[in-house]
This record gives sequence, structure tokens and C-alpha cells, in this order.
Amino acid sequence: MMEILNDYGIVLAVIGAALAALIPGIASAKAVSKGGIAGAGIITENPSLFGKVLILQLLPGTQGIYGLIIAFITFSQIGVLGGSNDISFVKGLLYLAACIPIIIVGYTSAIRQCNAAISSMGILAKRPDQFGKAMIFPAMVETYAILATLISILAVNGVSGINI
Amino acid sequence: MALLQMQRIYIYALKKDRKQILELLQRRGVVEVRSMLKEDKVFSKSDFSVVKQSLERNISIAEDSLNILNSYVKEDSSLLSALQGRKELPVEVYDSFREKYKPTVDIAKRIIELSKIIAEGKAEVLRLQTQIEIISPWVNLDIPLSFKGTKYTAGFIGTLPKPWTLEEIYERLAQYMPLDVNIISSSKEQTCIFVLCLNNNKDKVYEILRGMDFSHPSVSIDIPPAEQLKSIMQQIDEVKKNIDASIAEMESYDEIRNDLKFLYDYDTMRLEKYEVLETLLQSKNVFIITGFIPKKDSNALKEELTTKFESVVELEEPRKKDDVPVLYKNNGFSEPLEGIVNSYSPPGKGEVDPTAAMSIFYYALFGLMLSDAGYGLLIALACALGLYKFRDTMERSMKNTLKMYMYCGIATIFWGIMFSSYFGDIFDVVAKTFFGVTDLPIIPPLWFYPVEKPMLMLTFSMAIGIVHLLTGLAMKGYQMAKQRDYMGIIYDVLLWYILLISSVVLLLSMKMITNILGVNPNIPDVLIDAAKIAFLVSAAGIVLTNGRESKNWFKRILKGLYALYGLSGYLSDVLSYSRLLALGLATGIIGTVVNQMAAMASGGVLGPVFFTIIVVLGHFLNLAINALGAYVHTNRLQYVEFFGKFYEGGGKVFKPFSINTKYYNVKESTE
Repeated sequence: MMEILNDYGIVLAVIGAALAALIPGIASAKAVSKGGIAGAGIITENPSLFGKVLILQLLPGTQGIYGLIIAFITFSQIGVLGGSNDISFVKGLLYLAACIPIIIVGYTSAIRQCNAAISSMGILAKRPDQFGKAMIFPAMVETYAILATLISILAVNGVSGINI
Repeated sequence: MALLQMQRIYIYALKKDRKQILELLQRRGVVEVRSMLKEDKVFSKSDFSVVKQSLERNISIAEDSLNILNSYVKEDSSLLSALQGRKELPVEVYDSFREKYKPTVDIAKRIIELSKIIAEGKAEVLRLQTQIEIISPWVNLDIPLSFKGTKYTAGFIGTLPKPWTLEEIYERLAQYMPLDVNIISSSKEQTCIFVLCLNNNKDKVYEILRGMDFSHPSVSIDIPPAEQLKSIMQQIDEVKKNIDASIAEMESYDEIRNDLKFLYDYDTMRLEKYEVLETLLQSKNVFIITGFIPKKDSNALKEELTTKFESVVELEEPRKKDDVPVLYKNNGFSEPLEGIVNSYSPPGKGEVDPTAAMSIFYYALFGLMLSDAGYGLLIALACALGLYKFRDTMERSMKNTLKMYMYCGIATIFWGIMFSSYFGDIFDVVAKTFFGVTDLPIIPPLWFYPVEKPMLMLTFSMAIGIVHLLTGLAMKGYQMAKQRDYMGIIYDVLLWYILLISSVVLLLSMKMITNILGVNPNIPDVLIDAAKIAFLVSAAGIVLTNGRESKNWFKRILKGLYALYGLSGYLSDVLSYSRLLALGLATGIIGTVVNQMAAMASGGVLGPVFFTIIVVLGHFLNLAINALGAYVHTNRLQYVEFFGKFYEGGGKVFKPFSINTKYYNVKESTE
């Protein structure tokens, strides 16, 4: 029974990696599009703010990239892009679990960060000189996406060293 | 690293010299004018709102005319013109502009008038063209459209919907013969007819025609349509000629575009002068200027004013209540970051300028987050090229921005070499795919690969964080020393230093921590015991002293305990530096992915072409998104973690009364 299951270990690992690229990617796409909609309104009023608005719009785009990194690291250790493909069922499950922080936190933080970014665009529209402060509010949200990425990186790296 | 010292300045002079003195001050640009004296019976402020209004009107006329001129005659400007800066203009040209002033304003007005003429002309052409459309079906009619009949006959000119043949119309009207029906023109939509009948049958015929949905044309003209058409054509020609002439005239003003720009600048300067004039106290013959001036410029200005004019200049140290404006003085290495400090907030009262202290960290942190020698080289080269090419004319702010990114790029190169990242792993991939080299890596890292040893990188990131935070704390001590709060240094800085360092030692002596971090510091037991004692003593000291503003001892201890709880804040601050690892890895890994994708497409004859395209596009995107990330998060680490330890800001930047022009930089002649 376990032997049959062990054949599916790599499937779980790939599912984890795919979700890591997928879910934060979806969230980032949503968030960047929301930011673009809000930003377009500001640009009609004051086109000179384009560069600054663009930065705010792109801030929640990083979660998708963090997801991509986790997916890539995972793939490079389970034999898809390198490493050994001899993944037991338990190990596959562990890879899946290791991807969960960035999957969940990546999704929620991108959406929340985009809300903060849109509010910051409001600051920019009224006080274009206060860009430094406007940028920090959404950047605070990103901290948690970074922490989740970090844990996922460390976990995926750690799982590859476990021998089960 | 410092702020320039400011002085109060009072200038008392005669009204007859007012214009010259103000222009001199404006050109020197070293005095920020502030009202410091109160109005009384002799000295009062005057109102210049009428003059200001007319200047504002002229400025907007100049701006509008330039915009209009731009839409007809494009100004040739390259993509890099933003780097070019304003043109320099000798002061003599500035002085001689007074004669040109009136004609230039007239031309500006004329340009606006011409644009109206052109717009109206275009509308007129449209109107005439619709008339042509209405008339053109009637061209073959040789009588006017307004024809109603003769003494014995009645005429009907009009249209029937849909196509009709002559027979069909005669059929309907047969009983009222004799009559004459002509089809002037016919199309799918309508048939234009002319019916002539006897006066007696007029009403009956009209009734039948109405039954066929007959309608009169929408225009009624007394001359035959063909002639009418000709005259409309002539009118259109005339209007078009008029438009062409106006456009030609407009284009001829291309030559004086520079005058228009100068008009804009000239009146902006004058407006600023009047804004200052409004704040001045004046009596019948004397006026007083008050404000702030950097100490280094004050004596030179005083001498110049007193020798050139009959005036008295008083200098005075700022008073305690004064909200003294802030002017930075930094070396070329930290100067570019003044903008970053300003966008947080300029130093407030009693605060030191943090620019110099943060500069080395700023560049290093940016470099760590981008950490790719290739990207760093691109950024540094691009900035250096811009700086070199426009070295004479570039504006100071643009120069600083480029300098900042150049230093950031150099730091990025440094970390890229440490971690062996050159456009990801481009050398290895190229060597492997195209030359079959197996002896990889081509260039080993000077230190280590962060992807292979993420824990070491994490430890390093946090160590940098601890150094950064302790520097922030040291800045707090420096600031307190300047404010002569020496006990505060012991309580708020020294005790915290001891607490933080002893906690680090204690943490590193725990097996759990060293296992996670993968380091083995081997701290001797004596040091651990010392750290334990230091930790307890400093913690007790913080509890006792950090609430010292409260007189009530109970409250004071509670506040002290809460301050000690701030230790958890330091923990989260240090963890925040883990973003150095995450962002650094992001650059490297995406770069590697790009190279791998390119390697997959590198087979076949066209392989190298695809390879190059993928590599260039992929790395461009990676550079853009990660440079943005590095910029944002470097700012965050400076603003939140570093400034959080000592800096509040709240000051005002020194805004001298000076020449704030858009197009020209009036250059002082050496007198």
C-alpha cells in the first residue's frame, strides 16, 4: 500500500509548488489591476504623477514573484528542474506543507497591500510631495509576505534534507 | 554631516533702492524672507494684489501660448532632455528683456487669438460643408430653391422619401393636368422633385404630394443652387486660406518661442518679488526686510548691501522660539540622500542631520537586495553616462538622483561579486549551452551562494540589521549630547546598548538558536555569565530610569517596565532585515529562471537569437521589478527601523527668495 502511495509523493510536491505560483499570482494580478484602476483616475487629473503611481500600483505585484520563487526552489529539488525525483509520500506532503505559508499569506497580503496602496494614491493625489510617506504604508504590509516567503524557502530547503 | 547654522537678518534700506536690493537678493538666493516685526503707525505692509494679478495673468498667457505653439510647431526635444537642465542666460539678457517685454506679451496674446481664429475657421468649414451636403442634390435645378411659382402657376420644390420614377409621380397627379414634374436627382434615400402646376390646383396637388410624404428642403435660398454651391465653395476657400495664413503666422512665431519662455520665467520672478514685497514693512521712505540667512553667507551679503546701497544690515542668532529653516551640508557621498530624508521629513528642532549616518547603510542595503553584479553595472554605467554627458547643465536635484543610483549600482556590483551573481548565472549557462563547458562555475563567489546557504545569509542579514539599529541608537546618543542631556545618554542609550549586546550574547549561547542559525560561536562561559549579569543590571536600570518624566514612583516603574517591553520591538526590527535575504534571493532566482528558459530555446540555427531575445527581455523585467523592490524596502528599513530609533523630523526646508524659473537659469555675471 505504502509503495503505491510513494509513487504519488512527487505529485503532492508538484501540487504544492504549482499552488505557490498560482494563488499568490492570482492575488497579485487582482491587486495590481485594482491599483491600476485607481491609478488611472489620478493620472487623468495629473499625468505628471505617473511614475509615482506606477510604483504604488506595482507594490502588491511582488507576492506573485515570491510565489514563483518558492515554486522554482521546490521544482529544483524534486526532479522537475533538477534534484532527485525519488520523493516518498510523506516527503511530498511535507513539500506541500512547506509551500502553504506563501500560498495563504501571499494571497491575503497582496489584496490587503493593494488596499493600502490605493489609499496611498489618495495621499499622492492631494499631496504629491509626500510620496515617501505614501510609499511606506503599503510597504509595511509586504513585511508579512516576505516573512512567509522566508519560512517557505527555509522549509523547502529543510525538507530536502530530511530522509524519509 | 550637519546642518548649516542660520542667522536672523534684518535689512533696513531706502525705498528708492528697493527694486535693486530685491533683485540682488533674488539673484543671490540666500535669504528666506519671514515676517519678524509687527506693523505699527509708521511701518506697515502694502497691498500688491492688483500687480500680482496682472503678473499671474501674463504667466498664464505665456504658458497657454507656449502650449498652443507646441501643438502647431513641435519643439525638437530628445528623450534625454530632462537630464539637460535649464539653459543658462547671462544677466545682461535678463536686463535687456524689459524692452522686449511688451511686444512679447502682445505676441503671446496674438498666438492665443490665432488659435481661436483657427478653431473658429475649422468650425465654419464644417458648417459650410454640411450646407454643401444639403444643396448638392439640387445642383441641377436652375431656379432658386425659394421659388414658389409665377402669376398663373405654383411650384413645389422638395423631396420624397425613397426612390420614385417619373411615371409613378405622374400617375398620382394625373387628374390635375396640365402639370410638369421634374426629378432633379434621386438616391436610395430620397427623390428630389420640382412640380409646376396651375395656380387653381395648387392646394389639391400639395395635398397629394403631402400624401406621398413630400417635404420642403431645409434651406431656402434666393439664387439657383448651382450658383449657391459655387459661392459656398468660395467661402470655404476663403476660410481655409484664412486658417492657412493663421497657421503660417503661428509657425513664424517659432522663432520667438524662447522669448515666450523667458516671459514666463521673467514674470514668475517678478511675481515672487511682489510676494516678498507684500510681506515687507514699509514707511514713507524706508523698508525693512527680515528673514533667515545661512551664517556662512551672512557677512558677504552684509558687506555687499552696505557698500552698494545706503542700508543697515543687522545679524542676530536665532531665538529659541524660532522655527529655523533647515539647510543641509553634506559631502558628495551622502548629499544625494538628502532627498530621501526630505521625503520622510527634514530634521526638526534640535535634531541632527541623519543623512551622512544613513548613506553607507542606504547604498549597502540597496546593493544587498538587488545583489547582481550585472544589474549593478548597468545601473551605475547608465547613471555615470548621464552625469558625464550633461555635467554642466544638469539640475542639482537630477544630479543627486543619478548620483544616488550610481552609488547604489556600485554597491550592487560589490554584493553581486560576493555572491557570484552576474545576470543570474549567465556565464555558466552560456558556457554550458554553447561551448559545452562542464567545469562550472566559471566565476565562483567571493563569499558564498545565498541559494545554497540561506541560513547563513539570514544570519548575515540580521547581523547587518543589528549593526544598523545600534547605529541608530548611537545617533540618538549623539543627538542627546548635542542637546546636553548627558544623563539621558546613560539611561536611554548606554543601558540599551548593554541590554541589546548582552541579549545577543545570551541568545548565541543557546543551543537551539545556534542550531537554527548554523553557527558555532563557542562563547566562553565567563562571557556568558558576564552577559547574564549585564542583562539583569541593564534591565533593572531601564525599569528604574526610562519612566523618569513621572514623579510618582509607582507610575515610573510601570512606565519603565513598558519601556523594557520595547525589547520585543527590537526583536521584530531585527527580523525585519530578513527581507534582505528574501529580496536578494528573488533577484538571483528569477535571473536563473530566465537563463534556464533561454537555454531551453537555444537549440537549432536560430537558437542563439532566441537565447539573446529571452535573456535581454527577461533580465530587463527582472531588473525593473527588483530595483523597484530594493528601492522601496531600503527606504522602509531606513524610515521605520533606523529613523524609528532617534529621528522624528518635522522641520522645514530652507526656501530662499531666489530665481525659481522653469526654462532659464539666469547666470550671474562676474561683477
